[in-house]
Amino acid sequence: MADPATASLPVGAAYIRREPVPARPPPLLVSGPLAWLRRNFFASVPDTLLTILGAVILYWIIPPIVDFLLLDATWTGADREACLATPERPEVGACWPFVRDRFAYFIYGSYPIPERWRVDAFFALLAAGIFWMLWLDAPARGLGAVYFFIVLPIVSVFLLSGAPSLGLAKVDTALWGGLMVTVVVATVGIVVSLPIGIALALGRRSKMPLVRLLCVIFIEFVRGVPLITVLFMASVMLPLFVPETYSPDKLVRALVGVALFSSAYMAEVVRAGLQAIPRGQYEAATALALGYWRGMGLVILPQALRITIPNIVNSYIALFKDTTLVFVVGIFDFLRAIEVARIDPKWATPVTSTTGYAFAAIFYFVVCYAMSRYATGVERRLAAGARRGVV
Amino acid sequence: MERKSASGKPQVSLLYDRKVRSIAIQTLLCVVILFLVYAAATNAVDNLARAKIASGFGFWNNIAGFDISQTLIEYSSSASTYGQAFWVGLWNTLLVGAIGIVGATVIGFIVGIARLSRNLLVRRAASGYVEIVRNIPLLLQLLFWYNAVLKALPEMSNSLVVVGAYLNNRGLFLPKPAFGDGIGQVLIALAVGIAAAIAWRWFANRRQAATGKRPPVLLVTLVLVFGPAILAFMIMNVQVHFDLPQSGRFNIRGGLEVLPEFAALTFGLVIYTAAFIAEAVRAGISSVSRGQTEAALALGLRPRFILRLVVVPQAMRVIIPPLTNQYLNLVKNSTLAVAIGYPDLVQVFTGTVLNLTGQAVEVVAITMAVYLTISLTTSLLMNWYNARIALVER
Repeated sequence: MADPATASLPVGAAYIRREPVPARPPPLLVSGPLAWLRRNFFASVPDTLLTILGAVILYWIIPPIVDFLLLDATWTGADREACLATPERPEVGACWPFVRDRFAYFIYGSYPIPERWRVDAFFALLAAGIFWMLWLDAPARGLGAVYFFIVLPIVSVFLLSGAPSLGLAKVDTALWGGLMVTVVVATVGIVVSLPIGIALALGRRSKMPLVRLLCVIFIEFVRGVPLITVLFMASVMLPLFVPETYSPDKLVRALVGVALFSSAYMAEVVRAGLQAIPRGQYEAATALALGYWRGMGLVILPQALRITIPNIVNSYIALFKDTTLVFVVGIFDFLRAIEVARIDPKWATPVTSTTGYAFAAIFYFVVCYAMSRYATGVERRLAAGARRGVV
Repeated sequence: MERKSASGKPQVSLLYDRKVRSIAIQTLLCVVILFLVYAAATNAVDNLARAKIASGFGFWNNIAGFDISQTLIEYSSSASTYGQAFWVGLWNTLLVGAIGIVGATVIGFIVGIARLSRNLLVRRAASGYVEIVRNIPLLLQLLFWYNAVLKALPEMSNSLVVVGAYLNNRGLFLPKPAFGDGIGQVLIALAVGIAAAIAWRWFANRRQAATGKRPPVLLVTLVLVFGPAILAFMIMNVQVHFDLPQSGRFNIRGGLEVLPEFAALTFGLVIYTAAFIAEAVRAGISSVSRGQTEAALALGLRPRFILRLVVVPQAMRVIIPPLTNQYLNLVKNSTLAVAIGYPDLVQVFTGTVLNLTGQAVEVVAITMAVYLTISLTTSLLMNWYNARIALVER
């Protein structure tokens, strides 16, 4: 109390420390594997308890999954007999011969076997286009965009549904199925949503009240309802709105629904990018006497789209997962192919369903995870540009 | 080129006049939209007339004539109308939504905080969960829970029995608690206790501000909340008995029945949405700058108070908007019920009622109106909330 610095404080101020904190003992371990273990797993008593709890939970979850997918799994066999539990083998894991047997069906559905090279060609063209668009340093990316957004869709339509004049037999969309349908739906969503999304985003920021109003209504309406209701609308209402002779087939209706839905979400992603461009850029474009379209096309959009790439890829991930919903309106996509195959009597065993779902889950996970790693990579690369020195 | 008009403004050709152009473009757009609407409407009238489908909302009061497996309100297939079926579906949707939101919030916050833990194992396990769940389509997850997990449970005749509850592939049958007289007084005592606890908290805050000493809060709160209720329970001598499910030969009667469809849908939605909420929580907490924690440490706050008084209030500002978005997504995703047969709004109304009546336009419009109302109301509330908590800058 004799300390003159604290003597003037009010008596009730009990919360003020009046003597120094005693020095802590020096740490026993600061480096090496033991210190690492201690720092990361056993830093304190609650931390140790957490580690034990986490280890117990992981022990419950991971070994059964590994057992099912690998150790107890059946790897060879011709039909369901191979995957049934027997007295010698009471624990049966995944039934991989089922996946191998139905693999072609998962990919092509009922597409006629002699024509399946066309689907492979479509996959190859698409892969080339995706690679061209995703590789940021690729040569002639402008040409790539033309290829991806104009050439590829036209060629794919002729390739997949057939063009008798070119010697490609017609294949009804009712025969399409499996992975190719999933890829077609996702591609249509991707290819259509970007241009329409950009148009809607520009419209939403337009100075013309009517244009703005229509864009806002469309975007908010579609984003406010679930995808399933949009798909229902497309599949039951679209045929009512067009003359009977032009009634679109089932797949086209679902594609319209997916395209509308993804465009509205893409519009919001692009709008966020447009908003991030500083006002000075717009003014600079005007000062250079560029009109609206050239200013947008040459100055604003290239910058806005570049910073939005990670978000665009993220919304493509969501779109790719959402393609499974076309299942509900009776389209034969990858998931539907698995649903049909898993109840096929030839392979019906207690483990067939889980095997089919595990296969689908691994497939979707690999694709979506790869996309999200790509988005993170681009984000890091863009951030590197922003981190550069000022001088 | 340019001539000056009397007012001194440069005069340009009408073709390049901004105002004229904008009016022309908007008029054109208007005409195109009106034409499209007109064409669609006339086609629809033609097509409906050809298919002999009635139009209008008259079907609302017709007898439905189909059964619904889970009804929270009075419903019978022989006496209830399509309108009542709509309400049954809506209530089922709201039930899944409410339970799903609570569950997803709890798990999402735990996982989100675990992702920032100093413990390597906990951190890695949490991020593994988030990455796996986020990258697999929800529909696939629901089908897995329903077809591969719940349908693989034992049959009715050899149900798993745990203290009066039966679990089999037709659902979970729980004892249903029933309370005798006096439960009302117990609830009143509980309410009084909660009010007293809030008052005590307010008093404790005041006292801490005045003297720097905080009276005990946690213990007093516990006593205040539960004390009166337990006391009332004993004084009134409330009888509690459980309505036990009775196992028959082919089915189970009585008790509280949880449909497997409901369980799969709710569980799948909780697991899926929790991963997204965890991301929002992690982003929110990481957004609070390290300087804030250090400043709190410098003020001598203890770790748990740092979290409660400094970090969480600032993080909530960032967390709440994406959190609301995830709540909306959960409600919208509950429409996937249609794939596993849980009688939600879409399954009952856009599925069964649409098939029975054929009135696609009306049914889809009503369904969309419901979801739009939910979404738009929520975003209005969100905008109001954001405006209220936004940082006030100079």
